[in-house]
Amino acid sequence: MTFRHSIGATTHVFRDLKDLMAKATPPRSGDRLAGIAASTLAESVAARMALADLPLQRLLDEPLIPYETDEVTRLILDRHDGAAFASIRSMTVGAFREHLLSPACDAARLAALAPAITPEIAAAVSKLMRNQDLIAVARKCSVVTKFRNTIGLPGTLAVRLQPNHPTDDARGILAATIDGLLYGAGDAVIGINPASDSPAILGDLVRMLDEVIVRHDIPTQSCILTHVTTSIGLIEAGAPVDLVFQSIAGTEAANASFGVTLSLLREAEAAAQSLGRGTVGRNVMYFETGQGSCLSAGAHHGVDQQTLEARAYAVAREFSPLLVNTVVGFIGPEYLYDGKQITRAGLEDHVCGKLMGVPLGCDVCYTNHAEADSDDMDNLLTLLGVAGVNFVMGVPGADDVMLGYQSTSFHDALYLRQTLGLRHAPEFEAWLTRMGLLDEARRLRTAGRDHPLLAAPALAA
Amino acid sequence: MSGGFEADPWDALRRFTPARIALGRAGAAQPTRDLLGFAMAHAQARDAVRIGLDAERVAAEIEGLGLEVVRIASAAPDRTTYLARPDLGRQLSAASDAAFAARDEEGRISREGRFDLAIMVADGLSSPAIERNAAPLLAALRPWIAAAGWHLAPIALATQARVALGDAVASRLGTEAVLVLIGERPGLSAPDSLGAYLTFGPKPDATTDADRNCLSNIRPEGLSYERAAFQIAWLLDQALRRRVTGIRLKDESDRLIVEGRLPEPALLPSG
Repeated sequence: MTFRHSIGATTHVFRDLKDLMAKATPPRSGDRLAGIAASTLAESVAARMALADLPLQRLLDEPLIPYETDEVTRLILDRHDGAAFASIRSMTVGAFREHLLSPACDAARLAALAPAITPEIAAAVSKLMRNQDLIAVARKCSVVTKFRNTIGLPGTLAVRLQPNHPTDDARGILAATIDGLLYGAGDAVIGINPASDSPAILGDLVRMLDEVIVRHDIPTQSCILTHVTTSIGLIEAGAPVDLVFQSIAGTEAANASFGVTLSLLREAEAAAQSLGRGTVGRNVMYFETGQGSCLSAGAHHGVDQQTLEARAYAVAREFSPLLVNTVVGFIGPEYLYDGKQITRAGLEDHVCGKLMGVPLGCDVCYTNHAEADSDDMDNLLTLLGVAGVNFVMGVPGADDVMLGYQSTSFHDALYLRQTLGLRHAPEFEAWLTRMGLLDEARRLRTAGRDHPLLAAPALAA
Repeated sequence: MSGGFEADPWDALRRFTPARIALGRAGAAQPTRDLLGFAMAHAQARDAVRIGLDAERVAAEIEGLGLEVVRIASAAPDRTTYLARPDLGRQLSAASDAAFAARDEEGRISREGRFDLAIMVADGLSSPAIERNAAPLLAALRPWIAAAGWHLAPIALATQARVALGDAVASRLGTEAVLVLIGERPGLSAPDSLGAYLTFGPKPDATTDADRNCLSNIRPEGLSYERAAFQIAWLLDQALRRRVTGIRLKDESDRLIVEGRLPEPALLPSG
């Protein structure tokens, strides 16, 4: 059904809901590349005005991607909590924005609403929000997950330690891991992006991380970021797998291009659960996402990239993950052109995930062909810290020597903690204190040469 | 007052990884030396992306090898459009398309045609990669082409180009195989890496990366010109005989390397 919005003598016409959502999206290169972006700034604002008047119910009644042909749409609608939705059923998207910003809508209310919020509802309301709204609403949401520690408590920030090496050299990865731990990073996960997909090599790496965690009794978890089928194979071969990783997207076809289906993800989660390796909780999945992945896979159905990204969180939500990471600037300038677009996308992704009850973290990052630099990353990192992001990346010196892009460093996380007073996951903070790495004011203390973490046999001189 | 720098006493670990570990810190921040070192590496990478290719100079160098050069451009009119619209970087500009058509009408493709191989040299995401490495690599490749007797089409020197523009070039020149030498996305460690992509039977808009064989990091500090030329020649020989590239053609050229010595150009199996 067509939507119209008149401003003075001009009437803006939108073909259908998909068109309205795409044109209401703040500017980004990926939607232009897909040929679905608004052609003028006024058209985009007119689309937002029309979207503001849309009843939320319409977003349930008119799926952007057909129920019959897409298992992600089926998941979204089949899992929708009608009882929780009752209290917002009569609202328009514009009224819903105001409700989310009102003091009555507190953390408890937001948590109760999460099962009523579909990706399309979250995306629609976020399109009406300014950056400060994206931050203010996200800050009120609390999504807490557990495996060997507790991630996402208000006032805390966790860090994924990312010790990648260009050729998966075990000693190189161990050296970067120890460097990160000595900087107080690693409470979200110690997670390696391997160059190889050889089960033998990956098995050695997961055993090495397990040895470090066991030897030093670190309340954290490890992960090898390889395809779920490889992880299932490692589990069957008896490897000590903590978290199972997978890249996911918001359409069935895009997930097929990643080689996954919902049923394969169910199998993967069951395999990880079968090991029972968590101590304080059972959230065993680690997902990564990012705006533009569906378009990149030719599987976007004419839907805007931000809405598709929120649909990936519906996939994630089904599997109660420990961590969901939007890798916001990795995909390149054809999807998010510059620092401004990357910043907006990072804040949108974070609030949409949190509204849906998903434990969002963010890889605040950029590539060398994007119009972005360290200053842009400092800005987004700070904004996400204020917004209460569950976790960020810790990469030595912000330079990932395996993946060839720039993320956030161990130092950046220290800056954020110090500036905003953010604490580690509580179990990890207690461990850092026991290891003499935090002083009484919870500031990082530089380890001496005789620190136990520096006594790894593999790194002996 | 003492300085604010606090060293990390585990710098011995640096020998295990090229990652930026044991940097030390000033409060929470990176020391000034590392801050500026990172800024310089990023600046060089950004300049490599943004600064246009000196196509005059590169064309002259290639012509200096005795090879004919045809200058072409993609449909992306400028760098900003090129970065935001990869689809345009895969299409020929109208002018380049017309130039190929004129060449064809003059009979310079159909009559001289039946080339075995087209080579496109393209700026891609790093013009210094091409300015520094393209002519030396072609010089190293030339004896292999001569020894094999392959009939080489004029070298297409392309600006604002993506790898898949080579598919369009191959179709205009009527060749079954196309080799694309292109500037790779710069990393912090190297702003000038050249990549080589070989494709047999390319079809514009249908060929994917899975249909290509790729060599990466070609530069004196990475994969040397001589070694890259040998591997390209080996792949090309296999591609022309087996009529396939991509995931079905595995690079086994290293079997011909004895004690680190590359074979002579005449020694390809079909050479």
